[in-house]
Amino acid sequence: MRMRGITKEFAGKVVANKDVDLDIYRGEILALLGENGSGKTTLMNMLSGIYFPDSGSIEIDGEPVVISSPKIAYDHGIGMIHQHFKLVNVFTAAENIVLGLVDNRRFDLAAAAAKINEICDAYGFDVDPYQKVYDMSVSQKQTVEIVKLLFRGADILILDEPTAVLTPQETDKLFAVLRNMRDDGKAIIIITHKLHEVLDISDRVAILRKGEHVGDMVTSATTSQEMTNMMVGHQVTLNIDRPEPVNTFERIRVEGLTVVDHEGVVKLDDVSFSMNAGEILGIAGISGCGQKELLEAIAGLQPVQKGSIDYLHRDGRVESLIGKDPLEIAAIGVALSFVPEDRLGMGLVANMDLADNMMLRSFRNGHSVFTDRKAPAHLAEKVVEELEVNTPSIHTAVRRLSGGNVQKVLVGREIASAPRVLLSAYAVRGLDVNSSYLIYDLLNEQKRKGVAVVYVGEDLDVLLELCDRILVLCGGKVSGIVDGRTATKNEVGFMMTKLGGGEA
Amino acid sequence: MIHITKRKEMPLWQSLAVRLGAIVIALVVCGFITTITTGLNPIDVYATMIKGAFGTARKTWTLLQELAILLCISVALTPAFRMRFWNLGGEGQILIGCFASAACMILLGDKVPNAVLILIMFVTSVAAGAIWALIPAIFKARWNTNETLFTLMMNYVATQIVAYFVIVWEVPKGSGNIGIINQSTEAGWFPVIGGQKYLLNVVLVAIVTVLMYIYLNYSKQGYEISVVGESTNTARYVGIKVDRVILRTLLISGAICGFAGLLLVAGTNHTLTTTLAGGRGFTAVMVAWLAKFNPLVMIASSFLLVFMDSGAGEISMAFGLNHSFGAILTGIILFFIIGCEFFITYKVNFAKKEGETNA
Repeated sequence: MRMRGITKEFAGKVVANKDVDLDIYRGEILALLGENGSGKTTLMNMLSGIYFPDSGSIEIDGEPVVISSPKIAYDHGIGMIHQHFKLVNVFTAAENIVLGLVDNRRFDLAAAAAKINEICDAYGFDVDPYQKVYDMSVSQKQTVEIVKLLFRGADILILDEPTAVLTPQETDKLFAVLRNMRDDGKAIIIITHKLHEVLDISDRVAILRKGEHVGDMVTSATTSQEMTNMMVGHQVTLNIDRPEPVNTFERIRVEGLTVVDHEGVVKLDDVSFSMNAGEILGIAGISGCGQKELLEAIAGLQPVQKGSIDYLHRDGRVESLIGKDPLEIAAIGVALSFVPEDRLGMGLVANMDLADNMMLRSFRNGHSVFTDRKAPAHLAEKVVEELEVNTPSIHTAVRRLSGGNVQKVLVGREIASAPRVLLSAYAVRGLDVNSSYLIYDLLNEQKRKGVAVVYVGEDLDVLLELCDRILVLCGGKVSGIVDGRTATKNEVGFMMTKLGGGEA
Repeated sequence: MIHITKRKEMPLWQSLAVRLGAIVIALVVCGFITTITTGLNPIDVYATMIKGAFGTARKTWTLLQELAILLCISVALTPAFRMRFWNLGGEGQILIGCFASAACMILLGDKVPNAVLILIMFVTSVAAGAIWALIPAIFKARWNTNETLFTLMMNYVATQIVAYFVIVWEVPKGSGNIGIINQSTEAGWFPVIGGQKYLLNVVLVAIVTVLMYIYLNYSKQGYEISVVGESTNTARYVGIKVDRVILRTLLISGAICGFAGLLLVAGTNHTLTTTLAGGRGFTAVMVAWLAKFNPLVMIASSFLLVFMDSGAGEISMAFGLNHSFGAILTGIILFFIIGCEFFITYKVNFAKKEGETNA
């Protein structure tokens, strides 16, 4: 497949792709790399028929084609797996897979299931055709999406950040399947921000910068450093700073914390640890094993069944945070800045502009019944400038910003409240290398200021480079607390899957 | 091939032009329909509609007072709607406010001075409306019940209560009607200002509308309402007590509905019937939506609906047409006005080459 001179503009202002030439070969895995907003997803959306290019041409096997709808893309064997899955929750895997297929024969779910099993056997998938989607884990849903495409005879597959939601183990499994598909002669394009994955899985790398295709490299002949430089356009260092903690003292002590959700599922079981001022405490764990509940419990958003959460004042006073709502927690001098996992669902108001979102934290200030709109506007301008937020103005609705910029707005606001405890969850999810490093720097700056920082992350390499100590959760229990300087990736990986770690 | 894509925000002047264009097209279509079905000259029909609305001072004042009542109710529903609380109980909240006012007029009419009576009426009708809205709000805040159904049901309860008391207080016995209350003493009637009996209504509603605009857009409580409406999770996260905001907002919403009931009884009708609210609790939902929940824009949208309604009445009289004909014209115009919102939000590309969008 060949793309030539692809250009795409949005609303006549933003050029998302400019004169992009890209070749994709059968039996090859191509990694598409670029910063947030460099046009990777837009380019792929044009291949899969969601957008239509303003100019340029696409050829498949030497034949010029016009892809004007996803249906036509399917007909050409092009399938895309988006970051957000498009599955019907109450349907089974098989029902989802056949959904929308136009077929003149009788509707036969059993035959479909047989064909699904055939596909699974061929590539090493693990799918139960009769399992309901709502019962599935994220990685299973992703597998269903891939099988759906194969079922429809796709032989050019596009995956948009498939590993963002997977654990390292699940990623390995996915990659094994992708390699099988490659060996079967399929063309695969994978979008990712994680350089080590690019090195691991791809045969070739194509790099986009500001909508332009700046280079093509054979993966085996390149390095992370070279790719990053090309992506950003100048020399960058890939090491995360880890200043030595100074003046640390115990800030928050959690003992025997147990949280049961409203469905009666035990989310946290007898969790004890302490957070120190001037230190970054990492929290590692497979997704959904209590990280969210832990942070929410400290922030006063999650009812606690048992245990204690104490804030230790410098003068030795001990104050319990349990039973207090988020406002009271702020009022007794505990400043918890919480960057929630779901940025837009919780933390920001999508339809409000940047300035109004800044106001969420501060709108109660002052005795007037009216809101002060000047201070939040100034703060918004400051955040936009300091964190290089890419936005037309501070009066743009947050939902119009790209994921990375939304994240910067949220982190910027939380840090602006001068917290003593900063809780952050997945602060760099979906961010490109450059923005991620900006966030790491911000967290380190807070640490130097004596803030107790919690960093819930999914990338073990980052956790091990950034954090002073790492708390490993496994199924709602503390599997162990390790020193970020001496622990190894393997060690933490095992602790994530098995209490206490050790070889399984 | 047709390709529908979402637009970036449209500039204000452009969206106003689209809306204006929709009204013009609607009038042309109405004209055709009028000519085809009745053989009348559409220009004559429109002229009659305008004459019906503004032909005499009395007609103009009637229009203004209808506008005031509808606007008042729309403004009342707005804070709830901004919070994404679908208060369909306007009808019941108005009626219970009417009931409270009428009860005061009947029971206290000759016992207290007029100024005191009106003050008592004000307090009771506002309280009655507030309570009527507060009941579903409590259930929503506590048990997350469906507010749409709940407020709707409360309408029927209010209607039945009024139906019962109409019989209790009927004059003369057996008529099934209350008739004009305190006709001779005019106790509890709003005073006539500047020779205009509806002027007070209009002024009061204008004040309420402006206050509501300021409250929603500039006050801290108004900001809280917007945050709760957009995302309760975010609201909790920043420490807004969602339950309390729901209760407080519905208290305000219901109170203003009750106030509209007071205007209807003390300012306009001076009687109590089960149909006094006249479906305005529902029409107001449309007024509020058309104005995108902006109280000042509601002046225009409620004017449009009131004007169409009075015009429909006028042409049915002048040309001997069925009243439904006016309703048909209203329907056509609303169809175009609501329909044009689609073209403001989305862009339709007919050519294959286009495909502009923003994701």
